[in-house]
Amino acid sequence: MRSTSALLYLSGVTVSFDGFKALNNLSLLIEPGEMRAIIGPNGAGKTTMMDVVTGKTRPDSGEVVFDGRADLTKLDEANIATLGIGRKFQKPTVFENHTVRDNLLLALAGLRKWHRLLLAQPTKDENHRLTEILSVIRMEEQQYMLGARLSHGQKQWLEIGMLLAQDPKLLLVDEPVAGMTDVETETTAQVLREINKTHSVVVVEHDMSFVRALGVKVTVLHEGSMLAEGTLDQVSADQRVVEVYLGR
Amino acid sequence: MITRFLLQGMDRNLRLFVLLVLAIGIALPLLNQIMPPSSPFYVPAWLLQLIGKYLSFALLALAVDLVWGFCGILSLGHGAFFALGGYCMGMYLMRQIGSRGVYGNPLLPDFMVFLNYKELPWFWYGFDNFGFAMLMAILVPSLLAFALGWFAFRSRVTGVYLSIITQAMTFALMLAFFRNDMGLGGNNGMTDFKEILGFSVQADSTRAVLCFASAFTLALGLVVSAAIVGSRFGKALTAVRDAESRMRFLGYRVEGYKLFVFVFSAAMAGVAGALYVPQVGIINPSEFSPANSIEAVLWVAVGGRGTLIGPVIGAFIVNFGKTWLTGALPEFWLFALGALFIVVTLLLPKGVVGLWGQIKARSQAKKARAPA
Repeated sequence: MRSTSALLYLSGVTVSFDGFKALNNLSLLIEPGEMRAIIGPNGAGKTTMMDVVTGKTRPDSGEVVFDGRADLTKLDEANIATLGIGRKFQKPTVFENHTVRDNLLLALAGLRKWHRLLLAQPTKDENHRLTEILSVIRMEEQQYMLGARLSHGQKQWLEIGMLLAQDPKLLLVDEPVAGMTDVETETTAQVLREINKTHSVVVVEHDMSFVRALGVKVTVLHEGSMLAEGTLDQVSADQRVVEVYLGR
Repeated sequence: MITRFLLQGMDRNLRLFVLLVLAIGIALPLLNQIMPPSSPFYVPAWLLQLIGKYLSFALLALAVDLVWGFCGILSLGHGAFFALGGYCMGMYLMRQIGSRGVYGNPLLPDFMVFLNYKELPWFWYGFDNFGFAMLMAILVPSLLAFALGWFAFRSRVTGVYLSIITQAMTFALMLAFFRNDMGLGGNNGMTDFKEILGFSVQADSTRAVLCFASAFTLALGLVVSAAIVGSRFGKALTAVRDAESRMRFLGYRVEGYKLFVFVFSAAMAGVAGALYVPQVGIINPSEFSPANSIEAVLWVAVGGRGTLIGPVIGAFIVNFGKTWLTGALPEFWLFALGALFIVVTLLLPKGVVGLWGQIKARSQAKKARAPA
């Protein structure tokens, strides 16, 4: 395992499913405090990459190092989450039978062991933190509403609140603006830039105008490897990227 | 700390319900004991026995609901934990017979004499002690549940695959217990019990105490289950049921949660079995039959899955129906059971307990439409 100053370091990562290489010798570096957008056509390996980083999928070969010390290929989802990697799914997944407040309480960094939860009561600090997050995501009024009764947009907000509660060092965000209106897309870009002030973020997205609104370094994936890297203008000028996106 | 833990899950409805269970458990035995048989308030011993049996079934249903309704683990093998608890009690009762058996052997139960056993098998030691036998009635099902759950939950076996494994487990145990050389009575099982703690199992006063004990244990089971479900652990548990992988990505080690509740539930089923056996007077391998476990799941579905009151009500309704129908129209019972399953699945997804909410929602919807 190489020691590195990068927050997330992928080197030569290969994942194959029945001979199909979802990731092919992929290398990627995310610096602390950075926000990175990852784009690529369908099947480029974006979601597989997130699965590898969060421990859902084990790579066949390659190195995945977090924070310069943790070998993510050896850890499971729960360990990796505890180390400080949060993940937001494309489809908002909140706990439908729990209130907004309980959703946040479950996400709140700290208690995870079952035997400690049996007797745990919310502490003053935790209640304070919950109130804080509820005001950030503007959901104080809905705090005792069940997750199932929230609108699509409210669920997205709640999920962002849950990520804030989890307080990870690195946030992986999968297609956050899928199915959103232009105004919502713009707001989400603002929220992500706000979050990026205190957290490192990796965003996977299809929507080019959203990526432009983020204004960050872009990595283009194609057939499981990195095709190009740079600003959005640089990569859009790249002949290979154009070919991949427009077809040969 | 413990009191706060125990009280945190109790809402008003549940508190009333626990009191009702205790009231039944105290009133019926008392009416049996103090009323003369000629009084209209006299409760005959057969009724005590029947209610006591239902109460132990209700405890089993609660155990099934705790894993299925609150954690999403559909166990089709809880009958095995129930039967194991029952066998532990049966072994204790067998050893209490002593030299009063048909063959008069002071140490060996009748079936062992019949099968030419020369000495007591090692696993029968200690079962002459009531405390030890009750400890085993909790420990044996717990250990089996722990072993099964440890492997299944770590390998992330879920859903229908887990249900099939639990079903296979109870079927395998049934086949094993049917064998005579298991040393547990073979296909005849154990029966002809004489005494429990020195009191005759046939006596009305013993039946009264057993009925009360069943009600008390059920009430205790309800209080502890409510505490577990109402705690932060309970919130995490239902979250695991609803979105397991989400919980993993939040950093929860899901298998620990499942394992705890599975083992606790198995222990509860074991206790239910131990209460059941002295009241019905027999335990045999048919208690392991897969259909029994499926029936227990049906009680929960009828009463209302994911509520604590539901399984108790479901166990009473279905078993009352069974008692009545197997008496009145014996051939019809299995059809009725099948029909019940279809009706509940189609019309009552939240069981009898959820019916009230369904009716309320419908009348509200009607009101909302009416003024237009």
